[in-house]
Amino acid sequence: MADYETHEYDVLVIGAGGAGLRAAIESSALGARTGLVCKSLLGKAHTVMAEGGLAAALGNVYPQDNWRVHFRDTMRGGKMLNNWRMAQIHAQEAPDRVRELEEWGALFDRTPDGRILQRDFGGHRYARLAHVGDRTGLEMIRTLQQHAVHRGIDVYMECTITQLLKDGDRISGAFGYWRENGRFVVFRAKAVVLATGGLCKVFAINSNSWEGTGDGHALATWAGADMIDMECVQFHPTGMVWPLSVRGILVTEGVRGDGGTLRNINGERFMFNYIPPMFAAETADNEEEADRWYNDKVNARRTPDLLPRDEVARAINAEVKAGRGSPHGGVFLDIASRRDASYIQRRLPSMYHQFIQLADVDITRDAMEVGPTAHYVMGGVRVDAESTASTVPGLFAAGEVAGGMHGSNRLGGNSLSDLIVFGRRAGMGAAEYASSLSSLPALNSSEVDAAAAEALAPFDGNGKENPYTIHRELQDTMQSLVGIIRNEGELQQARARLEEFRERAKNVTVEGNRQYNPGWHLALDLRSMLTVADLITRGAIERKESRGGHTREDYPNPDAHFGTVNIVQSLKDGELTWRQEPLPEMPADLKELFEEDH
Amino acid sequence: MPVAHLRIWRGDDEDGDYREYDVEYGEGMVVLDVVHILQATQAPDLAVRWNCKAGKCGSCSAEVNGKPRLMCMTRMQTFTPGETISIAPLKTFPLIRDLVTDVGHNFNVARDIMPELKPRQPEADGTHRMHQIDIDRIQEFHKCIECFLCQDVCHVFREHPENLDNFVGPRFSIQLAQVAMHPLDTNPKRDMAKAEFGLDYCNITKCCTEVCPEGIHITDNGIIPMKERAVDVYFDPLRFIGRKLFGGKEKNQA
Amino acid sequence: MARQRRYGVTQRKDRWWVEPALIGGGFFLFVIYTTVSALLGDNWKFEIGPYLSPFFEPLIHPGWLPDWLSPAILILWAPLSFRTTCYYYRRAYYRSYFLSPPACAVAEPAKRYSGESKFPLVLQNAHRFALYVALIFVVFLWYGALRSYRFEGEWGIGVGSVILTANAFALMMYTVGCHSFRHLVGGSLDCYSCTSFTKLRHRTWSLVTVANEHHRLWAWVSLIGVGVTDLYIHLAANGVITDLHTWSSF
Repeated sequence: MADYETHEYDVLVIGAGGAGLRAAIESSALGARTGLVCKSLLGKAHTVMAEGGLAAALGNVYPQDNWRVHFRDTMRGGKMLNNWRMAQIHAQEAPDRVRELEEWGALFDRTPDGRILQRDFGGHRYARLAHVGDRTGLEMIRTLQQHAVHRGIDVYMECTITQLLKDGDRISGAFGYWRENGRFVVFRAKAVVLATGGLCKVFAINSNSWEGTGDGHALATWAGADMIDMECVQFHPTGMVWPLSVRGILVTEGVRGDGGTLRNINGERFMFNYIPPMFAAETADNEEEADRWYNDKVNARRTPDLLPRDEVARAINAEVKAGRGSPHGGVFLDIASRRDASYIQRRLPSMYHQFIQLADVDITRDAMEVGPTAHYVMGGVRVDAESTASTVPGLFAAGEVAGGMHGSNRLGGNSLSDLIVFGRRAGMGAAEYASSLSSLPALNSSEVDAAAAEALAPFDGNGKENPYTIHRELQDTMQSLVGIIRNEGELQQARARLEEFRERAKNVTVEGNRQYNPGWHLALDLRSMLTVADLITRGAIERKESRGGHTREDYPNPDAHFGTVNIVQSLKDGELTWRQEPLPEMPADLKELFEEDH
Repeated sequence: MPVAHLRIWRGDDEDGDYREYDVEYGEGMVVLDVVHILQATQAPDLAVRWNCKAGKCGSCSAEVNGKPRLMCMTRMQTFTPGETISIAPLKTFPLIRDLVTDVGHNFNVARDIMPELKPRQPEADGTHRMHQIDIDRIQEFHKCIECFLCQDVCHVFREHPENLDNFVGPRFSIQLAQVAMHPLDTNPKRDMAKAEFGLDYCNITKCCTEVCPEGIHITDNGIIPMKERAVDVYFDPLRFIGRKLFGGKEKNQA
Repeated sequence: MARQRRYGVTQRKDRWWVEPALIGGGFFLFVIYTTVSALLGDNWKFEIGPYLSPFFEPLIHPGWLPDWLSPAILILWAPLSFRTTCYYYRRAYYRSYFLSPPACAVAEPAKRYSGESKFPLVLQNAHRFALYVALIFVVFLWYGALRSYRFEGEWGIGVGSVILTANAFALMMYTVGCHSFRHLVGGSLDCYSCTSFTKLRHRTWSLVTVANEHHRLWAWVSLIGVGVTDLYIHLAANGVITDLHTWSSF
C-alpha cells in the first residue's frame, strides 16, 4: 500500500450537518475518540438552509399536544410506511433534544410567558415547530457546531470520502481526499456514522446545495448495506420558479403556517379542490373556516394550504398542467394581502430578503410565484430504530441518509428533530459498538490502493466526456422521467438512459491538477449520483402504487399490499438486487391511535 | 443573450494573474451563476467555494470589483452592460487557488479563544424562561452566516496581518456579545471584557457593518456595546471606587 | 498582483475617495470657522437682546480671564471632547484624516496599527465622562433657548429664538443618541424582563436606540446647526442682518 496520511478513531462521523454534529458530540461525550469529516467548511452543511422549524411536542402553545399526537401525525403524513418505532422514538425524544439545544445556546422565539414558541406547519395537528424566525437550521447548526468544537472533536473540513473500507463483513474505516490539495487520506475506525444528508442534486429543479449528491446513500450501497424505499422522494410544493437561476430555491412552509395561501392565475384558492379523503375530516372546506383556524384551533378545521407536502405538490402540479398556473409555470403564494408588512418582515425575514434580492419581489406587497422542487429523500439506509445500526456491522446512519423514519412522505419540521434525535442515537450506537471491539479492524491495503486508483481515473480519461455535461443530462433525465408524476414507460426509459450515463461516465476526463479542482470533485460525485439515481428509479418501478412522495400515473391509488412492505435494495456480487420485505409490526396500543381513521 | 466580461484571479499563493473571460448569461442571474457557466464551458478547474446559492450558507465570499461580497447575492443587472467585472479571492486570508482562500484561522479562533455559554440552572420544571425582549438583541447576532466578509474587510487584519493574533475580529466580537448579553449566562463579566479578544484594536470604522450580507449592525450593536462593557470594568473610576468601598459585586446584577 | 500592499491599492472602481474627502473637508471648514468665531471673543459681538451664541452658553466671564482670551474657551472644551471621542466622529476622522482605512477594502499608508489599545488613543475610553458633561450642557442650551423668548421682562419670539430652540433640540438628539448613553440607560443589562425597573430601562433603551440609529445624522445636523446659530447671532449682533422678532427693539 502506498503511504497515505492516516488517522485512527473509535468513531468516524461522515457529514457535519445537524445529525453528524449531534452524533459526534454524543460519541465524544461517551468517551470514544471521535473524528468528524465534512465535504464543506464546518457550518455550511445543508442543515443551514432549513427554515421553518423543528417539530417537538413541547406543548407550550397547545398543552393538548403530546408525543402520541406527534407520532400519529408523523405516521399519517408518511402514509403509514414509516418504521413505527423510529417515529415513536422521534416523537418521544424530540422535546428533550430541543431543550438541550437551548442549554447549549440556541435562542428560539418565545411565547409571552418566556417559553419556546411553536408555529403551525403542514400535517401537524397543533402548532408544534420550535423556530427562530425563518432561519431555524442556521440556529441549530451554529449551536451544535460551537458546542462540538469546544468538546475537542477533531474536524476534517473540505475532505470528501469516496469509499468505505471493510475488514471482511465489518467496517474498518473510510478513504477520501482533501479538496484543497487532492491528497488522499485514510481513516481507520471501529465504527462509521453516515450523516451525509440527501441526494436531490440528481434532479434539475431542487432545493439542495451542491453537496446533496447522495454520497452516503452510495457509500452504504457500495459497502453492501440494505437500502429501503429509495423511490420516496419529497417534492416540496413551494420552491422559487423565477428567475430561472434561482429555480428550486426553497420557500418555507412557514409562509403558509403564518397565514399565506396558494392561488391560481384566477385568484382562486385551489387547495380546497384537492382535499383527500384521508384528511377530509380535519380540513376546512371553506375559506371562512380556514382563515378562522389560524386563531382558533379548537373550533375550526385547518386550512388545506397546510395539507402534507405531497398533497400540495401534486395539487400545484395539476393546476399548472390544467393551464391555471402563474406566468412562469408555478402558482401564486400570497401572504401580502393577508398579513401586514411588519408581521411578514418579523416572521419571515429571510424570505423577504431572498425575494427582494433575487427576484425583485417585495413579498409584503406582491404574491410570490412558487412550484414544486426536489427537496428530500425519505428512503435511505435501513437502520435499527434504537441504535441506527445498518445491516453492515460497524456502519451507522442518521438524518436524511437513513430511511424509515418518514415513511413515504416527511412532514415539515420533522427533519430537524430527526437529525438531533437520531444523531444522538447514532453517536451512542457507534460508541457502544466501538467499545465492544478491542482493537481497530484490519486495513485491507489492496482495497485502499484500488480506491485511490479509482479516484484518479478521471485524470487519465480519453477526453470524451465532461463531468458537467453528464451531470446536467442526468438531472434533466431524472427530472422529466422520474419526477413528481411517474409511469412504467418513462421509468424504464430512465433506466436505459442511466445505463448509458454509466458507460459514458467511464470516459469522464478532467483538466488541471488535483489542487482544489471542482471538475474532478464533480467527476467523483457523479459516481454517487449515478448510483442513487439507479436506486430511485428501480424502487419507483417496483412500487406499483401511489403513496406519499411517490406518485404513479399508471397506479394512481395506494395499494393495500404495498402499504405493508419496504422496497429493499442491496448490492449482491456487484449487482443491485431488490425485494419486498414486510414493515415491522406496530404494537396494539399504538395501533389504537389510528382506529378512528377506518 | 448578454455577455459578461469577467476578469478573474487565476492561480495560487505563489503565482497567478488575472485572466479575462467572456461568458454568455441569462436573465436574472447572479455572479455565481456566471462563474458556474464559465466552469462548465471554459474553465472546468476554476476553483470556487459555494454551497447553497441562496445567501444562507456564506461560502461564496469573494471581492467583486474590489468589494467583499457574496457572489450568489450579487446580481448581474447591478453592473452596467459591457463593464468588466473583476472577481478576486478574499485578500486577508491565504490563497489556496483561484477564488478559494484558507479561512481556517477563523475556525481556530472559534475553537481556541471564544468562550462558551454557561447557562444558569433551569427552573424547577427543567426548562428555561427567557423573554423575547431579552433575546431580540442577541438574535440579531445569531443571524451570522460566517461568510467572513467582515473578517476580510476589517483593516486591522487586512492591512496588518500580525494583528490576527491580537484581535478576534468583527465576526467573533458579535459571538462574544451574544454570550455576554445572554440572559442565562453566568460567565464572569470580567472574563467577557478580557484583553485577549482585542476589542480595543477596533477603531469602529464600520466596514464590517457595510459588507455584512445579513445586515447585522456589527459595530453599533455588537462591538461598541462590548467596548462600553470593557469601560465599565477597566476605565470607569466611579465604579473602581465603588468596588474598593463596597467590595466586588461584578456579575449578574440583573 | 492582487496581493501587493501599497496605499490606495484597491480593485474598487467606484469613487470611494469622495466620502472621506467631503467629510474631511466639512470638518476642516467647521474647525476653522469655530476657531475664528470663538477666539474673536469680545472683538466680534456674540450676544444681542435675549440671544447668546451657543459657543458661549453658559456665559462665564471670570475676572482672571485676560481680555484677549475669549470666554468661549471655557465652554468649548466640553462639546469638543464629547465630539472628539464620539463613536461616529471617530469613524469619520479615522477614515478622513488617519486614512485608517480611507475607505473599505482600500489599502492604508500606516505600517503599524494598534487601534485604540495604546496611548493616546486609549483615551477614547473617556467618552463616557465627556458624555456626563455634555448632558449638563444640553440643560444649559435648553435654558439659553427658553431664555431667548423673554427680553426685558416681556415674552416674545424672534427668528433667533426659533434657531436657538432648533439648535438645542438637535444637540439634545445628538447627545441622547450617544452609544455610551445607550449603554448606561440599558445596554449594560443582560435581563430586561427581570424587574419592573429593568423593563422601564428597556423602554428607555429602545427609545435611545432609535436616536442612536441616526447618530450620524444628528451629529451632522447638530454640528452644522450650532455653526449656523452662532453665525446668525453674530451677524445680527454686529448689525449685518436684522433679526425679525416681536419685541419693539433690542
